Amino acid sequence: MNYTRPKADAVIIGLGWAGSLMAEELTRAGLNVVAIERGPWEQTQTNFSPAIAADELRYGVRREILKPPRVETLTFRNDSSQKALPARDWNAFQMGYSVGGAGKHWAANAWRFNPSDFEMATRLRDRYHNMKLADGLIVQDWGVSYAELEPFYDRVEKIAGISGKAGVINGVTQSGGNPFEGSRSSEYPTPPLIRSHWNDKFHQITEKMGFHPFPIPAGTIGAPYTNPLGVNLAPCTYCGYCGFYGCGNWSKSSPNVCVIPALMDRTNFTLLTECTALYIDKAEDGKTVSGVTFRDSDGNTGFQPADIVCLSAYQLDNVRLLLLSKIGKAYDPVTGEGTLGRAYNYQTMSMGYLYYENEHMNPFISTGALSTQIDDFNGDNFDHSGLGFLGGAGIQALSDQGTPLSMTDRLPPGSKMWGSAWKKTFQKSYQNYAKIQGQGTSYSHRDSYLSLDPNYKDENGQPLLRLTFDYNQNDRLMARFIRDRIEDICKVSGATSWETEAFPDKHNSPFRAYDSSHTIGGAVMGLDPATSVLNRYQQHWDAHNLFVLGASSYPNNGGYNPTITLSALTLWTAHAIVNDYLKNPGSLVR
Amino acid sequence: MKRRSFIKAGLILAGTGTAASIFTPAGAAERKNVLNGGKIWRAKETPLPTPADPTQRLFFNEREYALVTAIFDRLIPADELSVSASQAGCVVFIDNQLAGDYGKAKWKYNQGPFENGTESQGNQSPYSPAEIYRKGLQELDTHCTRLFNKSFTELSHDMQDAYLEKMESGEFTYPTFNSEVLFGQFLANVQEGFLADPIYGGNRNMVGWRMIGFPGARYDYRDYAPLKGQKLNIEPISIIQLLKA
Repeated sequence: MNYTRPKADAVIIGLGWAGSLMAEELTRAGLNVVAIERGPWEQTQTNFSPAIAADELRYGVRREILKPPRVETLTFRNDSSQKALPARDWNAFQMGYSVGGAGKHWAANAWRFNPSDFEMATRLRDRYHNMKLADGLIVQDWGVSYAELEPFYDRVEKIAGISGKAGVINGVTQSGGNPFEGSRSSEYPTPPLIRSHWNDKFHQITEKMGFHPFPIPAGTIGAPYTNPLGVNLAPCTYCGYCGFYGCGNWSKSSPNVCVIPALMDRTNFTLLTECTALYIDKAEDGKTVSGVTFRDSDGNTGFQPADIVCLSAYQLDNVRLLLLSKIGKAYDPVTGEGTLGRAYNYQTMSMGYLYYENEHMNPFISTGALSTQIDDFNGDNFDHSGLGFLGGAGIQALSDQGTPLSMTDRLPPGSKMWGSAWKKTFQKSYQNYAKIQGQGTSYSHRDSYLSLDPNYKDENGQPLLRLTFDYNQNDRLMARFIRDRIEDICKVSGATSWETEAFPDKHNSPFRAYDSSHTIGGAVMGLDPATSVLNRYQQHWDAHNLFVLGASSYPNNGGYNPTITLSALTLWTAHAIVNDYLKNPGSLVR
Repeated sequence: MKRRSFIKAGLILAGTGTAASIFTPAGAAERKNVLNGGKIWRAKETPLPTPADPTQRLFFNEREYALVTAIFDRLIPADELSVSASQAGCVVFIDNQLAGDYGKAKWKYNQGPFENGTESQGNQSPYSPAEIYRKGLQELDTHCTRLFNKSFTELSHDMQDAYLEKMESGEFTYPTFNSEVLFGQFLANVQEGFLADPIYGGNRNMVGWRMIGFPGARYDYRDYAPLKGQKLNIEPISIIQLLKA
C-alpha cells in the first residue's frame, strides 16, 4: 500500500551526527522537520546499560548494533577488469543501524582536518609548482577553507563536549597541544583524559626525537559538562568499550546523548523510525526535488513531501541513494565524464606493532580514542619537495584495545597461534603489546569510483552499490614514507621486537583486519560542476533544494578521522540554509 | 503543533506547504514508528543475554560433541596456565552459539550468484557456521579415518597436534572445505568460548580472563587509570554478576 504523509518544510534522511545536527539547526529556526531513519530509536540508559554493555562477544565480535550485510551490503573489486562480488560478511566498514547512526558506536576520535587538506590543489600549484604526481590522481580544492569552517568546528566541539588540549588559539601556539593545527577560536570544552602508560612512553620517545607529541581530541568527555543544548555529559570511565559499542555512561559523545535529547523536546520535529529511504523524488520543474520515498517496517511504501531534502546517510549510502534517484550524472571511468561516484577515496594506514618486557600496559584501561600523536608528518606539515607524493599521516600511540578477543593474535612475529605455546605468548603479550598507527591521507584517483552493481540487490530489491578501489601510487609512496618514520620510532622505543607495515603494499580489501572504516567521497563538494556534485555549501548543483551531508563530500581524506569535519560542514550548510536559502531559494553560489 | 494532533487523530489533512497531500495512516510508520517531538519517546527493548545451560545439548550429536571436544582441547590444552577448553565450557559455548542466530548466519548477505572471488573480496561461501560444523566435522573425520584407520578422537595428542598443524597450513582439502578455513573456524570459536563472558557458557570461573589478567565486565577504571605500569590484580567480574546485582 502506498501513502503520502503531510508535507514538511524539510526532510532529513539518516539521523546520525550530520542528520541530527541539521535537524537541531532547522527546528531551532522554526522549520517543521521530519527525519527518516531505518533503524529503531535507542536510549542510553535502556539500550546500553552498563549491566550488559561490557560484552565483547555480543558487540565487538557479533557486532550486534551494526547494520548487518544481510540488510544491505556493497559489492567490491580492486579494478574494473574484475567482477565485483558482495561483501557477505562483516568487514572493515561499520555502518550504523539505529537512531544515532555510526555516531553511536564510533571510537570517538574527534579531529579537525588540517588547513592544507581543504586546499591541496592550491598548495600543489603555489608551494610545489606543479610537482609531478602519480598519473590519474585527483587533487582539487573543497571550495571551503579551514578559516570559514572554524566557527562551526568550535560549535560542534562544544555540543559534543570534546576533550583535548589546544595547540594554537587565535594564532598563538599553546604548550602541550598540536603546534601544527589550524588556529582555533577557543580551548577544547573539556580537558584531555589521563594518558595510558603506552601514551606516556610514546610521548617521551618522540619528544626526545624532536617531534611534538600531544593528546588527541576525543569524544570521550574529560570532565562533567553541560553542552550548549543544555544536555549534561559525564566524565569518561576508561572502560574500553567504545568502538562497536554504545556508551552507557553518558560519557561518549554521540547524537543520541548530545543532540537528540534536545530535539525530543521540540514539537516541530518528527522522526520516522524503521523506515528505509528508497529514493529521492525529482520534481517536475527539473530543478528541484519533491521529497523522499521510503519503505516502512510493514513493507508499505510511503512518500514524505518536503520543500528541502537533506541527505545525511552514511557516505556509501549517500552516493547510492543519489544513483538510485538518478540525480546527477554518474561517473564513467572510461570517458572521465560525470561526477557522481567519482573521487571516491579511503584512508591509507601504516602500522607498527611492538612487544615489550614487563611493562604492565593494563590495556583494559582504555578508550576508543586514547592516543598521543605527532603531526610532524601529517598533511602538508612537512616539505614534500622531491618526495613525489602529497599528504601524510598522524602517527599515534593508540590505546584503544584491551578486550581479549581483539588481541588473541597480537603476538610477536612467528608465534604459534594455538596450544600451550599460544597461551604462554598471549599471556605475556597481552600486557606488553603496543601499537603505533599511522593514519594517513587518501587522494582519489580516476580508476576508483562508486556505481550501482549490475548483479546483486538488497532485501528491497534495489541494486547494491559497487566499489571499485585499490591504493594508488600516491598512497603507496606516502604510506611507505610513514612506515619508515614509524620504524625510526620503533628502533629507539626500547621494545624487544616489532613489525611495521604499509597497508598499500597489498591490494586493498575490506576484509583485512585492523583497517579503517573511513570511506570518503563519491559525491564531492567543490567550485566547478564539472568536477563536483555539490557546490561549496554542499548544495546539489542540479537540484537547489537538495543538500548532501557527510564524508561523501570530501574530495580527499585527511590524515584524521572524518566525523568532526563532516559535523562542522553540516553546521556550515545549515547556516547557509537558515540565513540565505530560506529567504531566497535557489543556488547559494551566486 | 496542530499537525501532531491531526496525526494522532488519524485525520486527512492538508499539507503545510503548497499541494494538498492525501494522508492514509496505514503503514507501520503511522502505527508505531512515528516519534513526535515534545512527547515521551520509548526506546525499543534490548533483550538481556540468555545464560547458557551447561546441562542442555542443543546442536551437536554425541559423535560431533566428542570430536569438537578433542579438537578444542588441543587448541587450548590443560596446562599450568589453565584448564582445557572443554573444562572451561568452550564446547557448551559453541553448542549454544550454533543453535542460535550465529549458527544460522543471520547477519550474512546470502543472495546468489555465488562465485569465488579474489583474496580481496572476502569469504564468498554460502555456508552458515552450523553447516560448516555439521559438514566439516564429518569430512574431517572421514579424512582422518582414511589416513590413520582411526577417528581423530582415537589419535594420540602428538598425532592430533600434527594433524591440526597440517590443517592449519591448508595441506588437506576436504570435499567442501579447505582445511585452513575449517581450522580457522574452530580456532576462532574456541577462543571466543575461552575469552567471552561466562554468560555464554564458556570461560567458566573466568579462567580465560584470569590467565591474562583481564578484569571482565568492569565499567569504571577511574581509580586505576593513574596507576601506570603497575600490576593491578583486579578480580574479574561477569555480566552474570551484574545482572544479579
